Amino acid sequence: MSSYILGNDGASPHGEAGKAAGSGGSSYLPEGLPAPLAHPAELYGPYWEGTRAEKLVVQRNSSTGAYQWPPQWIAHDTQTFDLEWTEVAPKGVIYSWTRVWHPVHPALKDACPYIIAVVELPHAGNIRMLGNLLGDPHQEVIIGSEVEAVFEHHDGAEPPYTLVQWRTVARD
Amino acid sequence: MSDRSLRGRVAVAGVGETTYYRHSQAPEPEFVMCLKAILAACEDAGIDPRDIDGFASFSDDRNDPMALSAAIGIHELRFSNMQWGGGGGGVAGALANASAAIVSGLADCVVVYRALAQGQFGRYGQGAQIPGAPREFALSLPYGQMSPAQFFAPMVNRFMFDHNIGQEALRAIAMTSYHHAQANPRAVMYGKPLTEEKYDQSRWIAEPFHLFDCCQENDGAAAIILVSAERARDLRQTPAFVLGAAMGSAHRAPSSPATSFAIPDLATSQFKPVAKRLYAMAGLGPSDVDVVQCYENFTGGVLMSLVEHGFFKPEEAMDFLKLENLVAPTGKLPLNTSGGNLAECYMHGLGLQIEAVRQIRGQSTSQVPEVNVSLAVGGPMSPPVSTILYGSEAAL
Repeated sequence: MSSYILGNDGASPHGEAGKAAGSGGSSYLPEGLPAPLAHPAELYGPYWEGTRAEKLVVQRNSSTGAYQWPPQWIAHDTQTFDLEWTEVAPKGVIYSWTRVWHPVHPALKDACPYIIAVVELPHAGNIRMLGNLLGDPHQEVIIGSEVEAVFEHHDGAEPPYTLVQWRTVARD
Repeated sequence: MSDRSLRGRVAVAGVGETTYYRHSQAPEPEFVMCLKAILAACEDAGIDPRDIDGFASFSDDRNDPMALSAAIGIHELRFSNMQWGGGGGGVAGALANASAAIVSGLADCVVVYRALAQGQFGRYGQGAQIPGAPREFALSLPYGQMSPAQFFAPMVNRFMFDHNIGQEALRAIAMTSYHHAQANPRAVMYGKPLTEEKYDQSRWIAEPFHLFDCCQENDGAAAIILVSAERARDLRQTPAFVLGAAMGSAHRAPSSPATSFAIPDLATSQFKPVAKRLYAMAGLGPSDVDVVQCYENFTGGVLMSLVEHGFFKPEEAMDFLKLENLVAPTGKLPLNTSGGNLAECYMHGLGLQIEAVRQIRGQSTSQVPEVNVSLAVGGPMSPPVSTILYGSEAAL
């Protein structure tokens, strides 16, 4: 599986990445999962720098304004390379989801079930992002629900990083 | 018919398989199993293995054509080809590539093969155990989305949500494969029937997939020999002619499953444009298909593939996907008649291709009467996907 997922140029070890989040027990999933690497920096640096500052920063075609995510080297709508980074409101709606019951990584052995949500950002060209849906892992997940980003800091990791997680917006 | 077509010009002359094993149970090296499957296909066809002049595979098969051609001692290598993509998305693509080589004169006798011995090279379905995830993998692995079931589940969940499809539809697909495996002594799940209760009570892997919605992992090898239509008519077996084949993906579908969440049309098997080209090349439509082998990485992929190949509308899925409609010989669309990836063997779908050929020859253990058109669909949701139609002489 690992070759199918990662190819032959998988991550090189970067210290003790992901070892421990600073404020103990604040992460949704246990420590020990692969930590995000802002690599290559030209493509992923602005996003991961943004999450550290609790900002959601994505890629946009500077001539057409078309958003694209994940980042790419080239604009898919004009085949040009003049892409820019822009901050978008850290909110969206649940587009789809899964609840994982079978752990496939040792760090998750006692962490199931957990919920993975696909979140669409209607205010940013309907780009989509992934994240865990915070709260009760047994909750009913409703497609179309409004969610807001929660910036999950892993300050104790080396290097430190921040994941974007999601929680349902309470309705009145 | 355009000159730019495979229709009626190439045929499967031979098929071969090793015994299929549970994962990590292979009693001999993967390379040896690969050789034995190829030799079995040659024996089935009645050709000298040294007459093979081309090799085609998919999914980064480890047994490369130079090693195989040197070991077998073929006279001359004219064609070697690997279809891009992981999993079984490329299985029918490998057959299409081999067919194209024969039609274009690059080669005369091409073998398509796949060999797997996970115990010798590592298991599927495990998350990458690495300290850091680069590129797009940083957007999925830290959230615990690390395995094919977890990557594909949101696609199927969205499709089921959009069309109000219940778990019973997935269950019927799983039940069908297990039903047919009970007649197939080659099947790893032979003698291990599945009941609705057993399915319902099985554990979740990643919703909406229960354990029985997920393919097996197996060891073994399979091979298919392709030659020109004229030559196939002079060989031992009833030819299964290639009527059409197609491969590809929809708009902006990356092959990396870690970015699958971003595919503009998320809830698809990727066959919407591909199936259209398949039928156009074959000059046929879904109503002409007598029997279907459809790759089950997960049952939800079969659901979407059947819709996108035109067998029923999404809104009809709950009525269509019932066991009685899917079993040979009486069902209106017999499906996965060997037991498929779920219950015969997961050889990245090459076993399903062989079963499609057996249905044309009349050699299936769950034979459908009077098969003239036999469809074999490669791995859904895993682009580039691929699909192929085989036909009898009467279908030409």
